[in-house]
Amino acid sequence: MSNLTELTISESLEKLRAKEISPVELTEAYIKKLEDNKKYNAYVTTVPEKALEQAKESEKRYMSGANKPLDGIVLGIKDLFCTKDIRTTACSKIIDNFVPQYESTVTQNLLDDGAVFLGKLNLDEFAMGGSNETSYFGPVVNPWSKDVKLVAGGSSGGSAAAVSANMCAGATGTDTGGSIRQPSAFCGVTGIKPTYGRCSRYGVIAFASSLDQAGPICKDVRDCALMLNSMAGFDEKDATSARVDVPNFESFLGQDIRGLKIGIPNEYRPDGLNEEIANYWDKAIEMMKEKGAEIVNISLPHTKYALPCYYVIAPAEASSNLARYDGIRFGNRVNGKNMEELHINTRSSGFGKEVKRRILVGTYVLSAGFYDAYYLKAQKVRRLIKNDFDEAFKKCDVILTPTSPIEAFAIGDKKMNESPINMYLNDVFTVSVNLAGLPALSLPIGLSKNGLPLGMQFIGKAFDEKTIFKASYQLEKSVNFKRI
Amino acid sequence: MAVDNEAVKQIAYLARLGVEEDKLEETQREFNKILAWVEELGEVDTNGVEPMFSPHEENILLRNDEVVEGNQSDKILANAPEKEFGYFVVPKVVE
Amino acid sequence: MAEYILESANGEKWEVICGLEIHCQIISKSKIFSSASTKFGEDANECVSFVDVAMPGMLPVLNMECVKQAVKTGLGLNAKINKYSQFSRKNYFYPDLPQGYQITQEKHPIIGEGKVFVDLSDGSVKEIGIERIHIEQDTGKSIHDIDPSRSFIDYNRAGVGLMEIVTKPDFRSPEEAGGFLRKLRSIVRYLGTCDGNMDEGSLRCDASVSIRKVGETGFRPRCEIKNVNSVKFAMQAIEAEAKRQLEIYENGGSFEQESRQFDPTTGTTKYMRKKEYAHEYRQFPDPDLPPLVLTDEFIEEVRNELVELPDAKKKRYVENMGLTAYDASVICENKEVAEFFEEASLGHDAKKVANWLMGDFFAMLNKKGVDIKNSPVSAKNLGKLVELISKDVISGKIAKDVFEIMVNTGDDPEKIVEEKGLKQVTDTSAIEAIVDEIIANNPDNVASYKAGKNNLLGWFVGQVMKQSQGKANPGVVNKLLKEKLD
Repeated sequence: MSNLTELTISESLEKLRAKEISPVELTEAYIKKLEDNKKYNAYVTTVPEKALEQAKESEKRYMSGANKPLDGIVLGIKDLFCTKDIRTTACSKIIDNFVPQYESTVTQNLLDDGAVFLGKLNLDEFAMGGSNETSYFGPVVNPWSKDVKLVAGGSSGGSAAAVSANMCAGATGTDTGGSIRQPSAFCGVTGIKPTYGRCSRYGVIAFASSLDQAGPICKDVRDCALMLNSMAGFDEKDATSARVDVPNFESFLGQDIRGLKIGIPNEYRPDGLNEEIANYWDKAIEMMKEKGAEIVNISLPHTKYALPCYYVIAPAEASSNLARYDGIRFGNRVNGKNMEELHINTRSSGFGKEVKRRILVGTYVLSAGFYDAYYLKAQKVRRLIKNDFDEAFKKCDVILTPTSPIEAFAIGDKKMNESPINMYLNDVFTVSVNLAGLPALSLPIGLSKNGLPLGMQFIGKAFDEKTIFKASYQLEKSVNFKRI
Repeated sequence: MAVDNEAVKQIAYLARLGVEEDKLEETQREFNKILAWVEELGEVDTNGVEPMFSPHEENILLRNDEVVEGNQSDKILANAPEKEFGYFVVPKVVE
Repeated sequence: MAEYILESANGEKWEVICGLEIHCQIISKSKIFSSASTKFGEDANECVSFVDVAMPGMLPVLNMECVKQAVKTGLGLNAKINKYSQFSRKNYFYPDLPQGYQITQEKHPIIGEGKVFVDLSDGSVKEIGIERIHIEQDTGKSIHDIDPSRSFIDYNRAGVGLMEIVTKPDFRSPEEAGGFLRKLRSIVRYLGTCDGNMDEGSLRCDASVSIRKVGETGFRPRCEIKNVNSVKFAMQAIEAEAKRQLEIYENGGSFEQESRQFDPTTGTTKYMRKKEYAHEYRQFPDPDLPPLVLTDEFIEEVRNELVELPDAKKKRYVENMGLTAYDASVICENKEVAEFFEEASLGHDAKKVANWLMGDFFAMLNKKGVDIKNSPVSAKNLGKLVELISKDVISGKIAKDVFEIMVNTGDDPEKIVEEKGLKQVTDTSAIEAIVDEIIANNPDNVASYKAGKNNLLGWFVGQVMKQSQGKANPGVVNKLLKEKLD
């Protein structure tokens, strides 16, 4: 079968369980696809032999009837998740040779459910970026690119591109300010950033601890539900992990959404919003109405401040989280004549430009004299942003907005690279969700006139991913997006 | 609150990052742009607002006092740039 | 108490202002944020988890025992337990500090204000205020003497739980600081929250010292003397630093706040580094650790585990057992001594037991160089010995001989007295025979006595005791001699 890699996870599982295909066969198909699609630069490390071994084990389980929920499903792992004995780099030069001696909880959960790992996926260095251009291993190429090579989005660019180009059935991602949703939108795939605390952060290389959250990027909503069920759950190794039950998300797919109240925030339709995106948003609203949902206008008045708020808090936490990369216990070292020089040389040579920029900003906003004006102020504004959502959710069950104000742009785009702020502005629709710790899913809504995918996002109440799944599934059915 | 070149150097030093002299101007300019941008936050009235340091606002869960990890210096040192006799090794630390 | 005042060359009087910061390693099996062992003296990097060396993606998880120990210590120091506390990150680069930050409690410590009562040599009691206690991580250890050009790092100690106890600047003399340290060490040992061994570094002390003219109200600049590792050195360091500052002022000079080190070989303090500016630490709440909220039940549970502490013990020894305040506080300082004393005095005359304990018994331990846990004489036997004296079975003098034998053999004193036939003779007729003999053989002295040399009675008693090989009851001897001579 030549199109095995085009199957969704749920379709593959059906065929595997019916023994129509074998895990080894499936894995081989992906390995072939991997070779064919090297041009996208989606993977930074591949482990085909390991994958085949896992597939053989999986095959045994199918033969004995001991198969697990995701048995034999071939996944790619964002290179921010520590994987035991497999190089993990965060796509940074500073740890480009790091081999963890431990497994992240999320990837362990997936392994325990029988998944097969094909390799590690490209990302913006330490997940800092929205275009995958800050990766030490070079940018990912969006599989939807035509003449000009386009960005896949970021930071989980490798994850979105690999899923989109059928180089894995699903991928893990992390989302600190939109890093799952924006690349999903750019690459025409589906990704969910769950509620903060839903997935353990143990073994996930930290960017901004109070914002980071792992989630899946898949071909469709059902796959996201399946994969999230495997990834999520309380973990005693993460003190911020939520002690909340994980429902069977798949069971909500196909449920009737008549009467479901869908909030539309006025503030997400600023003057000058891309017309195509605005039109698709209206179209999505119409589709939801047709399914019987009720549309409610809501207000999120502090939306405007979400970006500056995020760009204070995230760098502040990052500046501290990245202090451990000092060339002493792991990673690359550049010697100096004393410890101080060793630290400076190691870090100056090991970190890329964007990472350094954020460390500097973060260091500054935490300094005495500036702490109150920047850091503390931002954390207070964050509370107001969360309060906005609390108010809005008194009127609606779920919120619908575009995922990104733009479509995928060219690698090295002049305007984007002119000022870091131009790049930061692309996160306008995604960061509020991270600040408030809420779940949100992005799914494709259609193609732009340039033939590029655009995404819509459903935002839910904390720990109410089920409503998001319910709503997204219905919109997905209406849209009937044609994947690659 | 704009910063000057000296301040940039000082911040870089705190973060143990080197800024090359010829990049100092550019870094400073960029830095000030970002600061000016985030200063929009000043417009928001946050009187009496509790800061939100994390979305996870439940009480901390405590661990039982049990020894689980240990006797694994090989794994601890596996990625060390320099090691000897079971120690991490660095250039002489002098105070 | 007697004031501790420094006098400058021109006759001005200066006083010392001192506060202490004490780092106590918390007694727990595993580290404060990881499940690696806290054992001392293991091979390098064998008591280390991935969390302790700050591997990418590793997260701290708080150890309940460390929280309990801190609360227990707070209760022991009569301090306020803060039901809400918060962990923060103190950011700085140092090879011993794997994360590039220390997890500590900046704004919201687990324990608030408390107080400790310190007994001073003149019998007075000084109250020292505790400002706060917070819990934090210890750092690793660099070893500099293996190689001339390189340092070796062992992270076994990294992540061991510490309590940082900060006092108010209440000390006015080295003696007060020394007394406080001894008292604090005694309390944490009683509580079992820290082993208090300063030489092993499980209790470390920084002393902040300034001086001012008597009568001045504000504070002058202070210097912090780091990592003093014995009570004696702490006292010497404070004195040396105060004198150094005085000398600077005498010469019309001034100085900046800085960190200094005490050198016991020279008895002086020397410059270490400028006082770190607080803003360099960029402290902020640790997003990996939600706030610590204690319930009343938790605090009560810890309170119920509290043992009787030195102050309460002392009070009981004085009020119920008749000890002097001084004896009571000496015995209470060390938990093992107090336990020994209580066992020894059970059913016996406590005051006499205390006298024996603090006299011959301590002298013996000192001479032998053993601590009370390894004493050759058991508490029970010491009690029995005192009982033998109280019941006039043996005299005080014989008791000393018996004690000597007990030290060498570990035997029961009753057995020794029985076997060696050391029982005191109280049979009047037997003693009377000796008395008569002595009187008959010494007519001259009898005459002198009768002529008014009353102090000769002592000589007669001595002769009788000698003749009886010390077994005669001195009371009976006295009585008989007086009857016969007067």
